[in-house]
Order: sequence, then structure tokens, then C-alpha cells
Amino acid sequence: MTERTLRGRVAIVGIGETTYYRHGQSPDAEFKLALKAILNACSDAGLDPKDIDGFASYSNDRNDPSRLAAALGTRQLRSTTMQWGGGGGGNCAAVANGAAAISSGLADCVVAFRALAQGQFGRFGQAPTAPTISGDMAWQAPYGVLSPGQKFAMKARRFMHEHGVKQEALRAIAMASYEHAQRNPRAVMYGKPLTESKYDDSRWIVEPFHLFDCCMENDGAAAVIMVPAERAKDFPGRPVYILGAASGSDERVAAVPHNTPNYASASFATVAPNMYRMAGVTPKDVGVVQSYENFTGGVLMALAEHGFFHPDEANEFLTLQNLLSPGGKLPLNTSGGNLAECYMHGFELVLEAVRQVRGTSTAQAPRNDVALVIGGPMVTPVSNLMLGSEAAL
Amino acid sequence: MNLANHESYLPAGLPIPVAEADGLSQPFWSALRENRLLVQRCGHCQAWQFGPEWICHQCHCFDPQWQEVEPRGRIYSWERVWHPVHPCLKERGPYLVVLVELPHAGHVRMLGNLLGDALQEVVIGAEVQGVFEHHEDASPAHTLLQWRVAK
Repeated sequence: MTERTLRGRVAIVGIGETTYYRHGQSPDAEFKLALKAILNACSDAGLDPKDIDGFASYSNDRNDPSRLAAALGTRQLRSTTMQWGGGGGGNCAAVANGAAAISSGLADCVVAFRALAQGQFGRFGQAPTAPTISGDMAWQAPYGVLSPGQKFAMKARRFMHEHGVKQEALRAIAMASYEHAQRNPRAVMYGKPLTESKYDDSRWIVEPFHLFDCCMENDGAAAVIMVPAERAKDFPGRPVYILGAASGSDERVAAVPHNTPNYASASFATVAPNMYRMAGVTPKDVGVVQSYENFTGGVLMALAEHGFFHPDEANEFLTLQNLLSPGGKLPLNTSGGNLAECYMHGFELVLEAVRQVRGTSTAQAPRNDVALVIGGPMVTPVSNLMLGSEAAL
Repeated sequence: MNLANHESYLPAGLPIPVAEADGLSQPFWSALRENRLLVQRCGHCQAWQFGPEWICHQCHCFDPQWQEVEPRGRIYSWERVWHPVHPCLKERGPYLVVLVELPHAGHVRMLGNLLGDALQEVVIGAEVQGVFEHHEDASPAHTLLQWRVAK
């Protein structure tokens, strides 16, 4: 029996996105955004869109694969995978599920994508306004715990308490995203730098999160094209290979309300080691990281769970200098991420990791053979993805 | 201890908790109406479980029993909310939410508001006492479990 792995089996050969807009500002319908991103990714790959035979997404993306296939006139539809779970925890899993379809022979050319037009469909950060509530939110909403930030501040606070993490560590994460966005013309916050004092003076959303600890909400779409590794060199760009991926969460993460046994966690306690095992690399091999910022506290815990520092050393590791490209120990969120490039539900992070391995980022990291993406910390299921160059295979 | 409707910590208008269509958490909400706190405990393996489920996560016996527990615990984590995301909170100003663990009930945790000054210093580990906050005028009438720092 051959080894059960995705390592080296699948390559990303095209990336594409739309213009990124502030929420509600897209002139295009959400479905049109999805089509534009997919076509841009095909163009990047030099691929006929009609050759796509699989679609993969997450978070109940509204843009149905059968409609996409009909709209694009694809010759046949083979693989259609949706990663369960809300939030952005499925950004990497969508890629992994599409890659698994290719690796197992269920499809030959899969596009993984995410499209959001919040003006058309409503925002994430607003509270439910129904008069009554049941289930998970019944234990929270009546006490004013209504939005994602309000659910997750509690986890970050506990982690900071257990490990003596200071506010400055969260500030460094926010500033790294903003610094990198100043070099990225695609970024919604391009031309809007963040300083220490601007962060410190910004209003609290929910302690310990200031305004700049919280992601934006945006409209747009992003997509990547995957093919079997043996076809990678038929395409014009430098191939980017999947080294490893994992999704899920550890024991009873979904125990409501806030009864997760391993509470002060980004949900990667098992997911990170599972991914490293498949990828065959260690944290020391990773040259650049894109780590989903729903809130900076999630990045803090996710990076610790991926082994970049011991939780008790978070204050020493998480300095702006360490997180900046090209000179830092671990360049982080080099496109600006969810905080400052675009909240494309974390899919923009996948595209940025591809750019890093290709060597085409606007904040290029010097060690770019192994690039990590971390999705949707603190939700369940979460996911992650390790990409690599040919040299990393 | 309990509080009447006009003394509620947060203004009226937030979503009112009701049991699911399948009735899973009905015993919990009904008991709060009577100033009693119930938590699931498996009659077979004695495992504590909260929130409720139709099965014991430890031994897989169905329909774990509900056991009354004393409404007291200690603060496990907390947050002070400043940005209102619900229309009824626009004029409220900051408020405190605590995650309380109940060491005498298998360390299960539950959320509530920490009564008193919203700007008070909150100490993780501090002992807290439950306060039943009745919302008689709401439709449907219901009761929340709030917390105050134990004297």
C-alpha cells in the first residue's frame, strides 16, 4: 500500500483574486465575484476554465459548484467538497479537500475558493436580533456575548493569564499585518499605517481586544487552481506543492458553553502535529507564516501551538521586529492578512503563501521554500496547510 | 439570592433563551425559574456534563440525569465589552461577562454577567456567588443566572 499522504502529490498552479473592497462596497454580486476570482486564477495558470472539474470551499459558501460549472461551461463536474463549520477555520481544509480529490483520482483540476459580499448578505460582526434563541447561543447571547470577538476574548484572556502574556504581544501581531499591508497595493489598508500610539489609543472592542486586534469585514473573492504534481511543470509559474495539511480539533472543543477541556487554545493541539507529521518538516524549517487573524489573540495561541515559541516566551518572541519581512525571525502575515489586506475569510492568506513560495510577495521572506498557512483559530474545525517549493520535496 | 426584573444587569431586548425544539435544555431553564441550578450528571458513570447533551460523553449512556448544584464557583476568565453589537446595548456602556467554573460540579463552566461596577477589577480565581435574575415582564418570562463576587 502506498503511503497515505498529500505530500508532494498536488501542486497549486494558479492564484487569483478580485479587487478587495470594504464590506458592502462591492459593485458586483457575490456570485460574480466568485467567477472573477476563478477566471483570474485560470489566467494566472494559463488554464482554460472549462478544464476545471472540481470545486472546493468552506463556511457554507453560497456559490454552488453546479451553478459555477454551468456558468463557466466546464466540460464535466467531478469533485464538489464543502468543509463543514463556520468561521474561517476551513480555509486550508478547502485546499486540502480539493487536493485529496486530485490525489485520489476523483478529479484532475480543482479550484478552491471563497467569495463574500457582505452588503448583499449581511455581516458577521452584528448580533442576532431574533426575539428568542436556542442552542449554543442561548448560553451566551442573553448575557451580551453575541459576536465572534465577544466569544473569543474570553479564551485569549485565559491564555494571557496562564502565561503572563502582555498586551504588547497582541500589538506586535496587529502592527506586523499593517506594516506589510503598506507594501501591498491590493490591501484595503494600503496607505493607512498603524503606530504603537494609534493602537494604544484605539478604543476597546472587548478587552483584551482593541479595535486593531479585530479583523476587518470585506467583500471580494479569491481562488487557487490545483492539479496533480506530475502536471505542475506544464504551467508557466513556479510550481508550489502541498507538503501537508490537517483539520479538526482536539477533545470536545465544541462542548458548549465554553466547556472545551483545553480552553485556552486556538484548537490546534492535535491539528498542528498532524500537519507537521505529513509535511515532514519542523517549525524550524518554516520560513514564513500566514496566520488567520480573526483576533490577534487567536494568532498568539495558534503560533504557540504550532511550536514557534513556548507560551511562556510569547512576550519575547512576539515583537514587531521578529515578525517583519525580510529581517524578522518569523515573517508573519506578509500581505497584511485579515487585519489589513482583506478579510477574505482567510483565503487571501493561502494566495499569499503561494506568492511567498514563488518569490513574488510584496514583502518577500528570504526563507521561502516552506510556507505555513494557519486557518480560523479558536473555532472548530480549524485547519492548516504547509506549502513548499520543488526544493522542499 | 434573586433579582427582580427592573434590576436586570443588561437592558431588555437581548435574545431570550428558550429550549431547543427537541427540548434538550428545558429542565435547565425551567429550574432557573425556581431559583435552582441544574447540571447534567450521568447516573451510570457519574461524569458531569454541561452544556447538556442526549448522551454522556464519557460512557455513552443516554439521557444523563439532571442534578441540582449550589450556584457558586470561581472566575475562570472574563471580558469587559465596550463595543455594542446589539441595538438594545447602544446606551448601556461597558459591561462585564465572566466565565465561571464550578469545582463542586466537575469543573463545568458557565457564562454570566458579573454584577456591580462594570469597571471593577476582575480577578481570575475569585469566588463568586450565583444570583437568579428573573425577567417576569419578558415574553416569554425567563430567568438568567448572574454572578457576584462572594464576600
